[in-house]
Amino acid sequence: MTPMEIVGSLGIVGYGLGAIGPGIGVGLIFAAVIQGTARQPEARGAMLSTAFIGFALTEALAIIGIALAFVFGFVGQ
Amino acid sequence: MGLLIPLLVPMEGYEPPGVQSFDFPPLFPGAPAWVDRYLLQALVAFLLVGIFWLVMARKNKLVPSKGQFVGESAYFFLRDSIGRDMIGHEFRKYLPFLIAVFSFVLVNNLWGIFPLTLLPTASHVGWAYGLAGMVWILYNAIGLRKFGPLGYLKHVTMPPGVPGYMLPIVIPLEFFSNIIVRPITLSLRLFANMLAGHLLVLVFVLGGEYLLVESEPIINKVAGGASLIFSMAIFALEIFVQILQAYIFTVLTAQYISSASSEEH
Repeated sequence: MTPMEIVGSLGIVGYGLGAIGPGIGVGLIFAAVIQGTARQPEARGAMLSTAFIGFALTEALAIIGIALAFVFGFVGQ
Repeated sequence: MGLLIPLLVPMEGYEPPGVQSFDFPPLFPGAPAWVDRYLLQALVAFLLVGIFWLVMARKNKLVPSKGQFVGESAYFFLRDSIGRDMIGHEFRKYLPFLIAVFSFVLVNNLWGIFPLTLLPTASHVGWAYGLAGMVWILYNAIGLRKFGPLGYLKHVTMPPGVPGYMLPIVIPLEFFSNIIVRPITLSLRLFANMLAGHLLVLVFVLGGEYLLVESEPIINKVAGGASLIFSMAIFALEIFVQILQAYIFTVLTAQYISSASSEEH
């Protein structure tokens, strides 16, 4: 008897791998915003609105990933 | 190892939440399949948003009352931080649309934490497609009306300052990214965030309930109670994500309108 039987689709694992890159990217974006705010607090508003657009573009990769995980996850079953 | 197995796999008879948790029957027997909870929530949100802004827009005084202060703060936030920053000097034309989109998406997202509904409307992908399709038609129509068909195509696909030998690569890429990928990511961003957030809540609440009530070992009951308490933190995270997604949806709408209507930089 195996302690845990892993069933389901590999799409979930693939999505986990695919979320690494956007995770690092989003972290870099907000790290840059924090640094910029520390250096020049009055520029925070301008940086934040740009940062949210960059955040949305970076996150798009993870979102395409979750959509593909659903699509290909159901193909395999 | 034999003793550990019930701790590792306390899952007999447990139905994990999944995509099927988002399928709901019609509201009343005999109704068509699309008259479901999502439609009801969206209609109530439409009424709430409309009544809120109509009430806020009438009987404004120089010295604002408390209610007028709330409405004016929301309006100024949307006008200054989204409209003026993103679109520029001709933002007034598009301000009503931005405000309507922001309030509608926000109320629909907040249904996910409202105790009587507990389901964000955009967690059904059709609603996200509808919203993003509306934005797509709008910004393309603005660009087409301003530049004409050929001019708009040139405006979209040929960024200024690109050397001629790069154009065969740049034109398909820009067309793909501006016309095809934009509505897809706009809708899927909203949908995936709402779906994933709601699934997270379901996992913590349903799993905690199963561990606490229906499984035997005492350590499972402790874990189930902790999971139920922790689900409150997940709800707090959900509030943040829902407001952020409404904001991002509106910011991107403004950004798309601005890039479709702006003159050459």
